Amino acid sequence: MSGVFVKTVVSADQLGRTIVRISHEILEKDQDPGQLALVGIHTRGAHLAHRLAKLIEQFTGREIAVGELDISLYRDDVAARGSLTVRSRLAQPEIKGTNLPFGIDDMTIVLVDDVLFTGRTIRAAIDALFDYGRPSCIQLAVLVDRGHRELPIRPDFVGKNLPTSQDERINVRLSEVDGKDEIVLEATREEVES
Amino acid sequence: MNRHLLSMNDLDREDIESLLATARVDFLDLSKRDIKKVPTLRGRTVIDLFYEKSTRTSTSFELAGKRLSADVINVKADSSAVGKGESLKDTTLTLNAYRPDIIVIRHPHVGAAAFVARFTEAHVINAGDGMGEHPTQCLLDIFSLQQEFGELGGLKVAIVGDVLHSRVARSNIIGFQKMGMKVTLVAPPALLPRGVEALGAGVANSLDALEDMDVIYLLRMQKERHEDANYLPSMREYIARYQVGLEHLGGGRKVLHPGPINRGVEISAALADSGENLILQQVEAGLAVRMAIMYRIIVDNAAAAVEAAGETTAGASEAEVKNIHAVG
Repeated sequence: MSGVFVKTVVSADQLGRTIVRISHEILEKDQDPGQLALVGIHTRGAHLAHRLAKLIEQFTGREIAVGELDISLYRDDVAARGSLTVRSRLAQPEIKGTNLPFGIDDMTIVLVDDVLFTGRTIRAAIDALFDYGRPSCIQLAVLVDRGHRELPIRPDFVGKNLPTSQDERINVRLSEVDGKDEIVLEATREEVES
Repeated sequence: MNRHLLSMNDLDREDIESLLATARVDFLDLSKRDIKKVPTLRGRTVIDLFYEKSTRTSTSFELAGKRLSADVINVKADSSAVGKGESLKDTTLTLNAYRPDIIVIRHPHVGAAAFVARFTEAHVINAGDGMGEHPTQCLLDIFSLQQEFGELGGLKVAIVGDVLHSRVARSNIIGFQKMGMKVTLVAPPALLPRGVEALGAGVANSLDALEDMDVIYLLRMQKERHEDANYLPSMREYIARYQVGLEHLGGGRKVLHPGPINRGVEISAALADSGENLILQQVEAGLAVRMAIMYRIIVDNAAAAVEAAGETTAGASEAEVKNIHAVG
């Protein structure tokens, strides 16, 4: 018998603490908040970027630039998956595109995403950023690194390493979109152990 | 989107909303960047095949293709083998041998775009076929109205002028009604097509009807298509009875015109020069909307082909839709 195996691997409390830790790590590495900007990848990465920025503002008392990046037009699988992306975005009540309300030239940009998997999204995001300017450096913060990279991309800040198999799925749920915070592992198994 | 965009009948309201959302979210702000280009259609080929004079439609299609990184070739009938007597079918077959991904066609005869679609594997976009249709103009008009009014349902629009010769009017009568707008045609009887009521629009023969309207959509007086008959007793009389000016505005009423305008004929110079019309917003919208059309005609059909080939395992697509941003 086959079944879907679902397990909460990170609770709301743990997730909150993880985000706090990442914000400290960013500050530790990038000491000048004036040169720092967080850019979240739609959809959940954007919410994470705003949470991180809020925390960093609390710690430093200084405002942090935050933007959102939509990478649909930069995907390497436009033909095969593009339409799915279009439809999934249109299914959202309030669809938003890229919004970078600041110049990115000479800034330290921390890209923020929820799950790092193949690395292709990050490749697309880096390409997209370069069409908006020339940052002095780009770093990467992810809540989950689940492995299986297909490109030479490595994160600078990782919330949690969750080794997975290809057919497993990591779902990051955030209260802003999903009503609650948690990270869930989903797998289709041929046999479910009792 | 379907395989081709030939008529506004090819789209339902949901398709229109979805397409224009793409234009708004992905493409409207692109022109405000320093780098006005995205790599989305890199390596694709677009052929713009124009058998009629055009400024805004041909430039905006060319720019739209280039800003999507496609390779764009413009073929103008007056400087091509067409002048040597080549038929539309043979021209299409010749161009098709270059394996273009999209052919944009503007032609003086009704049905030309559908005809071209029979002889090519490319996606065909109708950029105006004689007195037939001009769907991309209609889509950019709907987009401009959405930007101005938000929800369009219940909005009252008068389409004023040379309805008889206007492909824009034909597409807009179809498209505006799909969006839930109430359409009234305002023109002298000689400039209304016979049996136009069958399209569902109301008819009026005087500008008094504008009093009640939210939108005035002006059409160009197509004098070049008047040579076969006398449609009007005199242009002077037409101007006296049907020219729209600032005096017809008020109550938040907005004026649109597909261009090019005949200043002093269907539109007064004062209205043309005032900030009360949306003509330049329409031009700006045209670029974003045409980018969205080219993008969606490629990606929607490619995804449909993948699904048809069974490469997407059953059930996976819905999960993918939900998690598309989570898995990358």
